[in-house]
Amino acid sequence: MTPRISRRTLLKGTLAAGAGLVVGFPLAGRSRALAQTPAVFAPNQWIRIDRDGVVTIVNSVPEMGQGSMTTTTMILADELDVPIDQVRIEQAPANPDLYKNPVTGSQSYGGSRGVRDHYPTWRKAAAAARTMLQQAAANRWGVPVESTETEPGAVVHKPSGRRLAYAQLVDEAQTLPVPQNPKLKTPDQFRYIGKMVKRRDTPDKITGRGIYGMDVVVPGMLVASIERCPVLRGKVKSFDATATKRIPGVRDVVQVTNGVAVVADSFWTALQGRRALKVQWDEGALAQVSSPAIAKEYERLSKQPGQAARNDGDAEKALGAGGKVIEAVYQVPFLEHACMEPMNATAHVTKDACTVWAPTQNPGGTLATAMRLTGLPKEKVTVHTTLLGGGFGRRGEQDFIVDAVEVAKAVGAPVKVMWTREDDITHGFYRPSTYNVFRAALGPDGKPTAWHNRIVGPGLLIQKGRSPDYQIDGAAVEGARNMPYDIPNLRVEFVNKDFGVPLGFWRSVGASQNGFIVESFIDEVAHAAGKDPFEFRRDLLGKSPRHKAVLELAATKANWGAPLPPGRGRGIAVVFSYNSYMATVAEVSVAPDGLVRVHRFVSAIDAGLAVNPDQVKAQVEGGSVYGLTATLYGQITVDRGRVQQSNFNDYPMLRINEMPVVEVHILDSGEALGGLGEPGVPTVAPAVCNAVFAATGKRIRTLPIDRNELRKA
Amino acid sequence: MAQEADVISLSVNGRTQQVDVPPDTPLLWVIREQLGLTGTKYGCGAALCGACTVHLDGAAVRSCAVPVSAAANRPITTIEGLSATGEHPVQKAWTEVDVPQCGFCQPGQIMSAVALLANTGSPTDAEIDAAMAGNICRCGTYQRIRAAIHLAAALQKGGRR
Ligand code: FES
Ligand code: FES
Repeated sequence: MTPRISRRTLLKGTLAAGAGLVVGFPLAGRSRALAQTPAVFAPNQWIRIDRDGVVTIVNSVPEMGQGSMTTTTMILADELDVPIDQVRIEQAPANPDLYKNPVTGSQSYGGSRGVRDHYPTWRKAAAAARTMLQQAAANRWGVPVESTETEPGAVVHKPSGRRLAYAQLVDEAQTLPVPQNPKLKTPDQFRYIGKMVKRRDTPDKITGRGIYGMDVVVPGMLVASIERCPVLRGKVKSFDATATKRIPGVRDVVQVTNGVAVVADSFWTALQGRRALKVQWDEGALAQVSSPAIAKEYERLSKQPGQAARNDGDAEKALGAGGKVIEAVYQVPFLEHACMEPMNATAHVTKDACTVWAPTQNPGGTLATAMRLTGLPKEKVTVHTTLLGGGFGRRGEQDFIVDAVEVAKAVGAPVKVMWTREDDITHGFYRPSTYNVFRAALGPDGKPTAWHNRIVGPGLLIQKGRSPDYQIDGAAVEGARNMPYDIPNLRVEFVNKDFGVPLGFWRSVGASQNGFIVESFIDEVAHAAGKDPFEFRRDLLGKSPRHKAVLELAATKANWGAPLPPGRGRGIAVVFSYNSYMATVAEVSVAPDGLVRVHRFVSAIDAGLAVNPDQVKAQVEGGSVYGLTATLYGQITVDRGRVQQSNFNDYPMLRINEMPVVEVHILDSGEALGGLGEPGVPTVAPAVCNAVFAATGKRIRTLPIDRNELRKA
Repeated sequence: MAQEADVISLSVNGRTQQVDVPPDTPLLWVIREQLGLTGTKYGCGAALCGACTVHLDGAAVRSCAVPVSAAANRPITTIEGLSATGEHPVQKAWTEVDVPQCGFCQPGQIMSAVALLANTGSPTDAEIDAAMAGNICRCGTYQRIRAAIHLAAALQKGGRR
């Protein structure tokens, strides 16, 4: 066996989590995490200060690129009043009792919830800690606590010029009760919140030091790769591993839920072992399912009424009232997340303990999966969340955790299970494909009198058991049911048709497709009314002032209406998602061969408060690329249950040579915080396609854009 | 079928090490698994994404597509060998512009950028496109990558901003 270099850095910061005295919070659960440590002030699960003045902040939101390490730290460090560049950051262990999201109740991160759901909790926790330090100083000085204040890392008493560093107050502070209603800073006292703060994770990410799931090394670890049924949801019938086991370095071959695992000394050897396997598959029902048949069945069902998700006035009656009627059909494909880091996880299972290292958005779910598969109680299961090489919703799933725990359990040694890119694209949880029928009517004044939208496709929440199938699937209609335009007769219907292709939460979920269809069709209606698409929208947003504000800001910044070079067109879109409002103007040109080139995006976003403005911009820049990739290229098709795409050659990603300029304008409305990871995506496809229409007169109603349709004859 | 293992001499980041692996093993996996240098990433295994970019004889190559036998006795530099502390001008520029999001593609991006700047002191946007189009960033940091390369070019010439 080849020597293996173990990386102790991996365990630094993850294993240490949980030390310290935790008081003042419900303490159900793992007492190990609450062990008393002298000389540490730890008023809650997020903050520890030791006598040397080392401040540790525990980040309970997985770092998947959205900047949680930085934003979490900014909020806690600001309210605690410590210098941010001296803070140690630790990733929280899986422990929902301590680290569950207070809004969702689970230690799982999706829905752009990291900051907005924790903001009040974190601020209160840090303010309580600061108040205790102030009280400790006040006691020592014999002055009222109200007469003290803080500077970064110290309590000061201005009248007497006295000063005590937090480190000097640790022992006294930890004996004090935790105040239940500490006084929060006022916004003018913020040192970090609302200011541009550099990302804390950059040094590790530019030196190769950062440890992602794939980089985990545990002493004695083996590496496995799993041969999966080419047909989605297929199962192993039988297999012959004779040839595989003859390969030097192959250690074991085991059947697991998701296929046949080849366990080896190295990943390359495991791949050779997979190639030599002979597996008989039970292909299952999806072997009968192909994309053209799915589209055909959607189309058939679109002629039948669906369940009403919204019903204002009487849309049918208004459509028949004799005004101009506009009709259109929009279709979107299945999409795969394609996280840059393919799926993987590492586990070690013994008789009485299980440890999992995983790049997961869902530490709580990982803990539950490991408990279920090992039969161990939660005290015996440890989950380390590594850095995530992208999440986008994919890493909330449990399949890669199941892989690692099952294989590790079967072989009795630590095992890292790694997916190839091909595994990742062919065995994903896909954004639903949908078929959407629209009808709208215009009144004599050119204003829309009716809007009828029927959505046919699979309900993601229904498939996942999160919504009963007799109810409207909230994810399927988000962005369509709550479309913002003021139209008196408005009906949105949903027809649930699920062929069983595994579905997942894909960055911005239902808003990703419904933003496209609604914002494209309203554009069609505007043109049918002979109106400017920006002004037409604005006139219909009287009841939606925040939509209107970002729409106007984006239009102004993009110089809407100003002449463009010949061959260019502008398109606009505005979408609300994850409690944030976002508008985008796209500037495109279309070459004679149909190639669409996006030159510029000008976006405006209202996410309530921009905690870290530069990272707000980064998320919008990233969302623009994610959305544009889907607009130009994204398409997963299925042939007899087999996903036909497999790597970046046939599931292409936007590259730097296609990157438009992205300009982001932040509107701080002072409203409740909105999400940021996802809202940058939904406006992209409609803004681009509306711009293509402006440039060419051709309306794109099916994604991804088909270049052939735009080719000049 | 895997070939028989061979002892191959690799010179990585100025250190020569012997590895005992089948000669067709991609350099990527030897760097990551045998040498324990996990800064070089796997993203596609098919020379499509650039996550595995390292320098071989000073040129940027996709280590997932280089059999280890072809890299024997030739100088290899990985992200870990660029500088001990992130002080390479390209790394400094990356920090200044706050480029990384998830960061998974960034070692490959940085290695491609360093190779570009070694040959082209002040690259134009078109030269950046040509040199960097093989590196995918799923998080979409391209705009910042471009800005950071221009900044690194300035830093490299000794001119502070
Ligand atoms: S892993 Fe080598 S190019 Fe993608
Ligand atoms: S920073 Fe995530 S893939 Fe580039």
